[in-house]
Amino acid sequence: MGTLRRLRGPNNEGVLVAVILVLVVVMSLASDAFFTPNTFFGLVRSSLVPLVFALGVLMVLISGGIDVSFPAIAIFAAYTTVSWSGQASFDPTLVGAFVVAIVIGAALGFVNGAVIARFRLPTLIVTLGTQGIIRGILLAYIGSAYIASSKMPPSVAQAGDAYLLDIPGAGYLHGMMVPVVVVTVLVWWMLKYTTFGRSIYAIGGDIEAARRVGIKVVRTQIMLYSLVGGLAAFGGMISVILGKNANPQTLVGTELDIIAAVVLGGASIFGGRGSVLGTVLGVILVQLINNNLVLIGIPSTWQRAAVGILLIVGVGVQALVALRSRPQPVLLDEEVSRA
Amino acid sequence: MSTEQPTLEVRDIVKTYGGVRALGGVSLRLLPGEVHCLAGENGSGKSTLIKIISGVERPDSGDIVIGGESHPYVSPSDAIRAGVQVIYQDFSLFPNLTAAENIAMLTELADRRKLSSRRRIRATAERIVADLGLRLDLDADVEHLSVADRQLIAICRALVGEARVLIMDEPTTALTHSEVERLFGIVRRLQARGVAIVFVSHKLDEVLDISQHVTVLRNGEVVSSGEASGYTGRSIAKAMTGRDVNEDRHVDDLPESAEPLLIVDSLGRKDAFEDVSFALRKGEILGITGLLGSGRTEIAEALFGVHPADSGSVTLDGTPRRIHSISDAVEAGIGYVPEDRLTQGLFLDKSIADNMVAASLSSYRGKALLLDRGRIGRSMADLFQRLRIKAPNAKAPVRSLSGGNAQRVVIAKWLDRKPSVLMLNGPTVGVDIGSKEEIFTILREQAAAGMGIVVISDDIPELVTSCHRVLIVRAGRIVAEMTGSDIAVDAIQERMTA
Repeated sequence: MGTLRRLRGPNNEGVLVAVILVLVVVMSLASDAFFTPNTFFGLVRSSLVPLVFALGVLMVLISGGIDVSFPAIAIFAAYTTVSWSGQASFDPTLVGAFVVAIVIGAALGFVNGAVIARFRLPTLIVTLGTQGIIRGILLAYIGSAYIASSKMPPSVAQAGDAYLLDIPGAGYLHGMMVPVVVVTVLVWWMLKYTTFGRSIYAIGGDIEAARRVGIKVVRTQIMLYSLVGGLAAFGGMISVILGKNANPQTLVGTELDIIAAVVLGGASIFGGRGSVLGTVLGVILVQLINNNLVLIGIPSTWQRAAVGILLIVGVGVQALVALRSRPQPVLLDEEVSRA
Repeated sequence: MSTEQPTLEVRDIVKTYGGVRALGGVSLRLLPGEVHCLAGENGSGKSTLIKIISGVERPDSGDIVIGGESHPYVSPSDAIRAGVQVIYQDFSLFPNLTAAENIAMLTELADRRKLSSRRRIRATAERIVADLGLRLDLDADVEHLSVADRQLIAICRALVGEARVLIMDEPTTALTHSEVERLFGIVRRLQARGVAIVFVSHKLDEVLDISQHVTVLRNGEVVSSGEASGYTGRSIAKAMTGRDVNEDRHVDDLPESAEPLLIVDSLGRKDAFEDVSFALRKGEILGITGLLGSGRTEIAEALFGVHPADSGSVTLDGTPRRIHSISDAVEAGIGYVPEDRLTQGLFLDKSIADNMVAASLSSYRGKALLLDRGRIGRSMADLFQRLRIKAPNAKAPVRSLSGGNAQRVVIAKWLDRKPSVLMLNGPTVGVDIGSKEEIFTILREQAAAGMGIVVISDDIPELVTSCHRVLIVRAGRIVAEMTGSDIAVDAIQERMTA
């Protein structure tokens, strides 16, 4: 039992690994086309952008909030960057483009953080509001046209074809994998080994206690949302590079899928719990379903339903395990009114 | 007046919340090496004053003087850096972090560490735990620990830094007698090191035992302040409430003819308690006490069907009853006011009236299965009056009430069901002395009207004041029964721990 519990991991990471393995085995048996480098590379490629977004969502969830504005920030920052430099025929270099986008994203995140921390407003409402405003400004003032890679700065356009590994006939590993892996490791390290990271957990655990223990809650929240804004912009740039186009209408509506993946990865919607490993696994699981369900004969129209079912089952199982592991206070009134 | 330089002083602090004056010009001098007792009923302004000293709230006017420097207000980190530590009544711990991290968080932040090291955190926590001679599972998440362990963790956290002012807001509510003794040992050691200590407790004997100076607050003002030797429990209580409070034994004689109401025969539950037998007579107030974990709560919970007993029998009013669930108990006429009334006994955001009617809704069913609003309104108004609940009206949300008044709402809820036996677990935890007396007055009235009342409590003086009989539970068994004049604080304490 002890070993089993250890394998399960603090946030059910072990369970996720098992589910992913089962899916891989089932899909391999169901279709010859599944267990190939091509599928694997495709999975990695399609996971890159969701993973970056998921890391941001993870940090916000741990702090006890919820953020639905990240797709808007992502596409705003990335679109603005390539649109401006394209119009000015100026190539800021790939790194420069990332820096510009991240600064824009961080500024938008700063607005989120400032409103949330200063006025202590519910994060869902604030980010729901800002995402509408950001999207509106993007379409009204920056542009609504599709930008093809030919109109982008050359360094950004070329990055779309930079492969880390290219096996003819079997697919390729995209070069953007490198910065994503680096960022993932950085977020993991920050959450685990910095006082800032631990403060995020503390705020999510009990915000009033955090204030009392001397954590500068306002400052920490503003830093967190700025960071998450920057991270969203980073994801937006990668999405533009991989897609080889910038379209203000992309990424819209992806927020719930990302939040679902993070929650599947064991993060608590009530704050205080969640891990980078779990998030990575949650994203892989959702992508595995999205990409490959069709291989085992399930029509692609069922993808969203499958993710939905998985989410409810996954969270339900976690809740049941938690219920059984500790005696819950009995709510007397509930029992009595049933009597 | 001492000429000694105070470690911390507040002068003429005023604080209002939305037009309500919580503090009206309060001054306090905390001297090094002195234990200063801050007494006052719920709502007297103690908590507000503590929050201002610790920087959680800003005063409207007044000065906070630390180390000779005067400030209009301090921030939480200013206060912590100046050596002000608070053990909050609600502990203010992080449920999702380990015990070690909770303990070390303060010093990590105070040292302005950028990186967090598990090893350093662990070492910090181990040092203080060893220093205080405690045994705690440092790797466990706090949410999995018992209330007593959480209180100890809160104490460790406050003491891990170099505290110069230590404020303890009801630090002993969840501790057993021996743990309280150990805490007092720690307090005396800190005192010898020159730490200024503020001690807040409703247990006045405890307070007089440990403090040198007493300040009493009432309605946001200092009504009395002086050397502790000049006070008795009674005089503090009088200053707190503004009237004479009787803490002497006050028990009406039980008529000889009083028939047994509840007969419990060799009740047992695996790993909790065994062979528990007693009889409760009509009109009797029976006290059950024991240390935390002795089984006192488990016995009550078995009788109420929360965690049913697995052996033995229960007879109520001559009828044998099987109690396998809460509904069985309620049907049999047993009511239970749980230990943690805030989470287990109340709908905090609902009105007082809604809470009071919650347990007896079905009895207000009129024609066509609809609730008879008029009848509910009349009963609630009657209860509201009878229990003297201090609130503008019965529509106020329960969250706005003080501890004593919230407890009255829970009691009212059960009284409305007219149970034949009412069990109350820790009815006065976090309840101030004035309300405490009134709660027992209510219970005495109910007993006089024929109800059987069981009070489970570790506040021994209150059992001595009010109970006809006291049962002492140790390690899941009833080890002693005391009646009449045998009931005394020392004797009970001895039997609890022996």
